[in-house]
Amino acid sequence: MSLATIADREVHVDDEGFMTEYEEWSEDLGAVLARNIGIEMTDAHWKAIRFLRDDYRSQGETPTLRRVTTVGAIPTKELFELFPKKPAKKMAYIAGLPKPAGCV
Amino acid sequence: MKRLLVLGAGTAGTMVVNKLRPLLAESEWTITIVDQDDVHLYQPGLLLIPFGTYSPDEVVKQRRRQLRAGVDLVLGEIDVVLPDESTVKLLDGRELAYDYLVVATGTTPRPDQTPGMMGAEWRRSVFDFYTLEGASALADKLAAWEGGRLVVHITEMPIKCPVAPLEFAFLADSHFAARGMRDRVEITYVTPLDGAFTKPVAASRLGGMLEKRSISLEPDFYIERVDNEAKTLVSYDEREIPFDLLVTVPLNMGADFIARSGMGNELNYVPVDKGTFLSTRWDNVFAIGDAADLPTSKAGSVAHFAVEIFTENFLQLIKGEAMSHDFDGHANCFVESGGGKAMLIDFNYDTEPLPGKYPLAHIGPMSLLEESTINHWGKLGFKWVYWHALLPGRKLPVPTLMSMAGKQPDQKSETETFEKEMMR
Repeated sequence: MSLATIADREVHVDDEGFMTEYEEWSEDLGAVLARNIGIEMTDAHWKAIRFLRDDYRSQGETPTLRRVTTVGAIPTKELFELFPKKPAKKMAYIAGLPKPAGCV
Repeated sequence: MKRLLVLGAGTAGTMVVNKLRPLLAESEWTITIVDQDDVHLYQPGLLLIPFGTYSPDEVVKQRRRQLRAGVDLVLGEIDVVLPDESTVKLLDGRELAYDYLVVATGTTPRPDQTPGMMGAEWRRSVFDFYTLEGASALADKLAAWEGGRLVVHITEMPIKCPVAPLEFAFLADSHFAARGMRDRVEITYVTPLDGAFTKPVAASRLGGMLEKRSISLEPDFYIERVDNEAKTLVSYDEREIPFDLLVTVPLNMGADFIARSGMGNELNYVPVDKGTFLSTRWDNVFAIGDAADLPTSKAGSVAHFAVEIFTENFLQLIKGEAMSHDFDGHANCFVESGGGKAMLIDFNYDTEPLPGKYPLAHIGPMSLLEESTINHWGKLGFKWVYWHALLPGRKLPVPTLMSMAGKQPDQKSETETFEKEMMR
């Protein structure tokens, strides 16, 4: 774990740059994180990110893609359009949440 | 009389009842175990059926024969659990009341969950190998196959025995080489993960093993459907992978009665405490083995270590004491790599698989994350251990919690930031 400066704010991140403190995140930061990985946020993007944030708060873990689709009601196809190639990891990164548990 | 009810007489459920029966007085406790049939399948053996190493009748025994005297086996299909009433209803109308419930109904491949998977090509050019029927059908197919594009595919994580599809790819390579037809087979390994395996050191070693065998890797592939006419896998981001022979690991899900009972997550796994397996919602319900939502491998080794912890805790619980043993997510798996060799991996919730020796530090005799003949014999010998020591609940000479002794943590790989990875 180390400190990183994102949008002029000091936040805690892991080795891969995923934020580790739920409370340090804000939507402004989320937009900067998105830009870091080449994504410009739209309402559709925010709908997914807000679901991740809320679900993490109630469940204590980053939702899987399946959960975003079944519980968050956003089709998987759309998630791949919004967050190309690696939607689960990209959403977690932008939402300031731990990378989805590497299912071993 | 107190009643312990266990659902599922597979690896975890059988171990639970066999361990607890001698420890709970028969004058005080009944132990009942429910299953839908009387066939106990040695699941690690399924992988070896397609290649003719085992025949189907070598991997099954009667469930009742694996149970200690004093354990009641009820055969019947579970309709629903009513956890607030501490009762289980069977489809035939029978009702079983309990003081404590252990859900051990595992996880099952569900090819019906992916559009087209069970289409016209099912068991013609599309196969699974996690069922006895699938593995046997694939054995016949492979024996007659003349070559082409073999695709080994994982639908979605988690799956039981997550190394098995890799092993299948390694064994296929070795099998076709031995038949003198490796040059007529193109093997592709398709996975929703971003590499050959999840954890960095193992992913890079296993990835290297694929490369060495000229097996191409197609990562980050999240399947939308199987196109039976074109014989392709189609992903959500519209990538297509053609196959002549598809060996797929379908979506794995917990039992449907768990959903009907309102006890599961979106894949029907029961949310439990990671250390004790006690349900997060009911204080007389546990879930052990693949049926639980633990963030570790769905594997027999995990079930084994988990049952050791559960037994100790359960004895404390019924005495009114606090459960003092905490599970660490310990898993270890043999990985058959073909040509009479295998490697072994050993890990837990926090520590990824690392190289070293096992079970004795520096001595072994087995090597971690390295191929060796002795590991392969370990894997084959495990079948005997499973029936004669593991299921009866005998203590095996391996530590329950993972040990760092003999491991080489300095081999940790360099991590790149996600931002860099995405902008590369």
